[in-house]
Parts: sequence; C-alpha cells; structure tokens
Amino acid sequence: MKRTVGALLRKEMLVELRTLESVPGMSLFSLTTFVIFHFALNRNSIDGDLAAGILWVTLLFAAMLGINRLFVADSEEGALDGFLLAPVDRSALLAAKVLALLAYLVVLELVAVPAFALLLLGPSLGPGLGGLVAVLALGDIGVAVIGTLVSALAVRTRARDLLGPLLALPLLVPVVIAGARASSPLLALHSSGTPAGRWLLTLALYDLLFGLIAYALFDFLVED
Amino acid sequence: MDWKALAAPRVLAVATAVVLTTALTLVFFYAPLEAEQGFLQKIFYVHVPLAIVSLCGFVAGGILAIAHLRTGDSRWDVRSYVAIHMSLIFGLATLITGSIWAKGSWGHWWVWNEPTLVSFLIVFLLYATYQPLRFAIEDPERQARYASVFAITAGAFVPMNFIAVRLSSAYVHPRVLGATGNLPGAMELTFAISLAAIALLYLTLCSLELHTKRARAQLRALRRRVEERTGAPARAPARSAAPSLPLPPRTVGTITSMRNHPGREA
Repeated sequence: MKRTVGALLRKEMLVELRTLESVPGMSLFSLTTFVIFHFALNRNSIDGDLAAGILWVTLLFAAMLGINRLFVADSEEGALDGFLLAPVDRSALLAAKVLALLAYLVVLELVAVPAFALLLLGPSLGPGLGGLVAVLALGDIGVAVIGTLVSALAVRTRARDLLGPLLALPLLVPVVIAGARASSPLLALHSSGTPAGRWLLTLALYDLLFGLIAYALFDFLVED
Repeated sequence: MDWKALAAPRVLAVATAVVLTTALTLVFFYAPLEAEQGFLQKIFYVHVPLAIVSLCGFVAGGILAIAHLRTGDSRWDVRSYVAIHMSLIFGLATLITGSIWAKGSWGHWWVWNEPTLVSFLIVFLLYATYQPLRFAIEDPERQARYASVFAITAGAFVPMNFIAVRLSSAYVHPRVLGATGNLPGAMELTFAISLAAIALLYLTLCSLELHTKRARAQLRALRRRVEERTGAPARAPARSAAPSLPLPPRTVGTITSMRNHPGREA
C-alpha cells in the first residue's frame, strides 16, 4: 500500500513538474483575484472578517481549478485503465490523489498568502501566522478530500467542468465557515494570535468524517 | 393482477387524507393563538414538519443508496432516487414557507442570521445538483452507482452542515426539536399530528411515484413485445436523469438486445 501510494504520488508530481498544468495556473489565478478584489472593493487594505473571507474565497476558487483537472489526464490518457489493471488496492489512488492535491494547495498558499499580506492585508501577518498555518492546514485537508471525491465523481460525466464546482462548493461551505471564522481574529488589527478552538475542532471533525466517507466510497467510483 | 401492491398506496392515501384533514382542523380551530405572532404562527405547523420530513428524506436517500451499493440491486437506486426527488420538492416548499414566515415575523424575505434557514438552503443547493449529475452520465449502471456515492456523501453532509452553521451564529430561530417542553400541550399535540400528516403525505407521494415507475416499466416491456411481434424497429429510450425499474424477467432477452443497440453506445 505504502509503496503503491509512493509510486502514484511520484507519478503525479512528475506529471505536474513536466506539464505545469495546475499549480502555476492556480497561483496566478489567486494573484489576479486579489487585484480584482482591490478594485472591486475600492480598498487599499483590509483586515478582520473581510480579509479572512477574501483569503478563503480566493483559495477555494483557486483550488477549484486544480480539482477540475485532477483526474482529467488519467481519464483521457488511459492511466486510470492502467491502474485498474494493476493488482493493487484502489484506495491507494485516493490517497495519492489527496496527497497530490494537498501538495498543490500548499504550494498555492506559499504564493497566495504572502502575496495577500503584501497586496491587501492591513495589519501585519506576524503574530497570527502560526495560528493561520494551523487553520489553513486543517482546511486544506478537507478541501483535498472533498476535491478528490468530487473530481472522481465528475470526471466521467459529460459536463465535468460545470458539475465539479457545483458539487464541491456546497460541500465545502462548512470548511469556509470554520476556516474564515477561525482566521478572522488572526487577521484583525489587534490580533490575538490563537484561533478559536471550536473552529479547529469543527474542521478536524469535518476532515475525519469526509476522509472516512471518501475511503468507503472511492472504490465504487473507479470500478470500471 | 397484484392486488396487494395496488392496495398499499390506496390505504396510505386514505390515511394521509384523514390525518391531514385532522391536522388542519386542529391547526385552525383547536391550537391556541400565539401571543406574539398571532395567526402568522400557524405556518409553523406546516413549515417545520416540511423541513423535518425533507431532511429525513435526504438522509433516507443516503441510507437506501448504501443498500444499493452493498447489493448492486438497481431497485434500491430507484427508491433512493424517489426519496431524494420528493425531498427536493418538500425542501422547496420549506424554503418558500420559511421565507413567508420570515417576511411576516422579521419583515424580510430572507434573513442570514438564521442558521436553520441558511443551512437548509445549503443542503438544498447541494441536492439540486443530484439530477444534473444523473443526467450527465449516460450509462445507466454507472449513473446509478455514481448517484449512490453522491447520495451517501450528501446524506452525511446534512448533519455536519447543520452543526457548522449553527456554531457560526447565535440562533434566533424558535427551536422546536428538543425544546418541545416549552410548547403548551395543545400546540404540542397539533404539531405532532401535523408532523405525522406531512410524513404520511411524503410516504404516499413516494409510493405513488414508485408505482408509476413500476407501471411504466411494465408498459415498456409490453410495448417491446408488441414491437417484436410486429417487427417494428425498437427505439432507444430517451436519456433521463430518473432511473427506471428493471423489466420483468420474461423480457430480459429484449433488454440485452436493447443495450447493444448501436444508438445507445456512449
């Protein structure tokens, strides 16, 4: 299992490094969105609730770009058929895809969060940084799990570019609620430095619940 | 003729009519007027049962989908589809009655600081993609399988979503479930009977839809046999988001020949 996941993950990373299909697009999208928010809101700096909301909305929509493409190459170039022929556990594909999407999201945030702090954020990011990293990490796991499940669901349908976001966005509303509420005090003018425990708990519960559901259901999505 | 199967929805329909009439009579002539909201509060006896029944229907759709994935029997998929389909209709009615109530008591058609209404909207938006998802998959077997995966995920999402939204704001909603002790006895009784009436209505409509599907499958089988005898060309059925019941075993040969019809290849 571990070896299979490792091999699949290596393949994902190799494909992404050679084609540069998802991560640069996602990062560029987030930068453009910050610029658009600057003009749309007509504000030079933001903080608190507004900052948390804009950060999460931007990250979520940028993640959508990656989610939409996650299985497209496998499905079109026949990698999925090859995987199904191999005598390995199907869940290995789920684990590898979740880890790959998680890696994309981390790279995206390494670009987007500093850019956000430079371009839009009024107060300094310093005191709340540790808490923000924890909130983002928990949120990313949820986005990666749901994103992988939805992407596998949508890739074999005729309207996959439409169905992916339509299915994923309502499912990710709890992540946005918990993520934005947890990070808004960290981005406020007088940051307290620690996110509220109940939001972290909500995120962790969400990750656990949908992690188990994805594990239980993924096999049915790659049956044929 | 299967008399037993015919009788079931008829009994359900009569029971629904009786209980629904009783509930409405109680609502208008027995239940006391609420002190603050007056007559407007009567919508509570329709709105809250609709919401409860439709949420239970969504979760039931998920449970039926588990049965489908475990057994691979497409009849469970049809039941899951019918449960979710009816819940969507009841959910739309919940949103409309909730809006009317909000307009009456708070002066706005929509209030965001009202967690129950907001979480219901999120759940409704999620389930609204159920039919487009089914419609976008052509192979009936895969359509059923993917729809079940969706139904289970969304069924688990329903309680999770309510926890998250409820945490996000202090609630102002008149909490009914778990707080029925606050209701006077007459209101409690009326509410219980209204809930039973709406639940029965849901079951009747579901059973009627299942019956229609069964009748349609039989009609299709008969029509195919007629076409076989007269030699008329068999037509491929139109693509649909709604699953259809498997045909009776006598016509299995015809189904396989239909499956291999060139027009049906994806």
